[in-house]
Amino acid sequence: MARSAASSIRRVASLLTPLALALPVMVMAAPGARAVGMPQLDFSNPLVIGQVVWGAVIFLVLYLLLSRSALPKVEAVLTSRRQTIDNDLDIARRAKAEADSAVDELHLARRSAMAEAQANVDKVIEDARLAALRQTQDMNARLATEIHEAETRVAAARTAALGSLRQIADETAQVLVRQVTGTSVPADVVARTVDHAATARGL
Amino acid sequence: MAAGSTIDALGQFELHPVLGGLGEALRFSQSPLMMIVASVAVLAFLYVGMRPKAVVPGRLQAAAEICYDFIHNMAVDTIGPEGRAFFPFVFTLFFFILAGNYLGLLPFSFAFTSHVAVTVALALMVFVLSVIVSLKAQGAKFFAHFMPAGAPVALAPLLVPIEILSFLSRPVSLSIRLFANMVAGHVMLEMFAAFTIMLAGLGLIGDALAVGPVVINVALMALELLVGALQAYVFAILTCIYLREAVAH
Repeated sequence: MARSAASSIRRVASLLTPLALALPVMVMAAPGARAVGMPQLDFSNPLVIGQVVWGAVIFLVLYLLLSRSALPKVEAVLTSRRQTIDNDLDIARRAKAEADSAVDELHLARRSAMAEAQANVDKVIEDARLAALRQTQDMNARLATEIHEAETRVAAARTAALGSLRQIADETAQVLVRQVTGTSVPADVVARTVDHAATARGL
Repeated sequence: MAAGSTIDALGQFELHPVLGGLGEALRFSQSPLMMIVASVAVLAFLYVGMRPKAVVPGRLQAAAEICYDFIHNMAVDTIGPEGRAFFPFVFTLFFFILAGNYLGLLPFSFAFTSHVAVTVALALMVFVLSVIVSLKAQGAKFFAHFMPAGAPVALAPLLVPIEILSFLSRPVSLSIRLFANMVAGHVMLEMFAAFTIMLAGLGLIGDALAVGPVVINVALMALELLVGALQAYVFAILTCIYLREAVAH
């Protein structure tokens, strides 16, 4: 039993080894090989060549079905998945860009609002300052006018006072001269002399 | 099957007409039948798997997409950008062979890849395709490949025949590799299964001993699953390599 198994192995091995080396020869010697017992090399059996013809037809049909129908179906699914993923990524990217630009806009709006508010504050302060300045100037001008008027009035009063002082001085001088000398002096001489004296004293 | 004390390890590869007289007339054996089953299985896998067309795939759809991507990457990475055109061919080749290898592991089934006529036909198809693509892409420059670049001209009488021989041996090695692997695997499974039956005939001790070959066969089945996928992969990747050489300028 073991011997027959061993001889079987040997038989198969002895078949395979030369086969690998000399296939064309084996094919030529196919009828002889039948005696050794490999049904694959029994080329007198029409089924051996028949399966090659059938195999060619079946392989061709399988190839056509796969290349025209089955494989494009798989490819379509793979392509559509790739596109779906790409589209989703695009949408996500676009959404992110929109969000970024919205944030930028927000920052810009905030900055411009701040600048506007600052400008308003500055304007109000400037207005107030100008108004205060104008008020001060008005006040100063009014005060200056009033001071000037008052000075004018003082000067008029002084002039008036000084005018009546000359008259009193003239009369006093005439009276003194008459009482001291007993003679009256002409009024114009008295007046000239008083003038002289007043000028000398800065009156 | 084991008949008496001899093991008929090769009987499993015999072809029988199916469908009675019609099969006999059309030369239709279990081998083409299994080719059809394999083709239908591959097509059903893709059609049923891709039916949901889901953006987030389920298990079967994910498996179909992984298979697509696997062969697509193999074709494009190995052949280059031109590989896109050959991708359906490589896909058909890989899954035709893979399904054939795996179908053969089912009971009452048949591995059509264990027939040298089939593997030679597949290998010749690849070979002829690569030659046609070479001539189309490179023209007469294709024949310059038989003289390795940079080699001394004096060695040409030696090198050119070697290169031609190695080029012509491609379909031979391609077909024999697949055929021999499948035959060897099925012969081993058959023989260890026959051991079990023979040992079982020895009585009580034999019954106990018969467990051994069963255990070995379980391991062999795992090995065959590996070999089946590996051989389909090797066939496909070598096809890609030959096509890359064909399209390379």
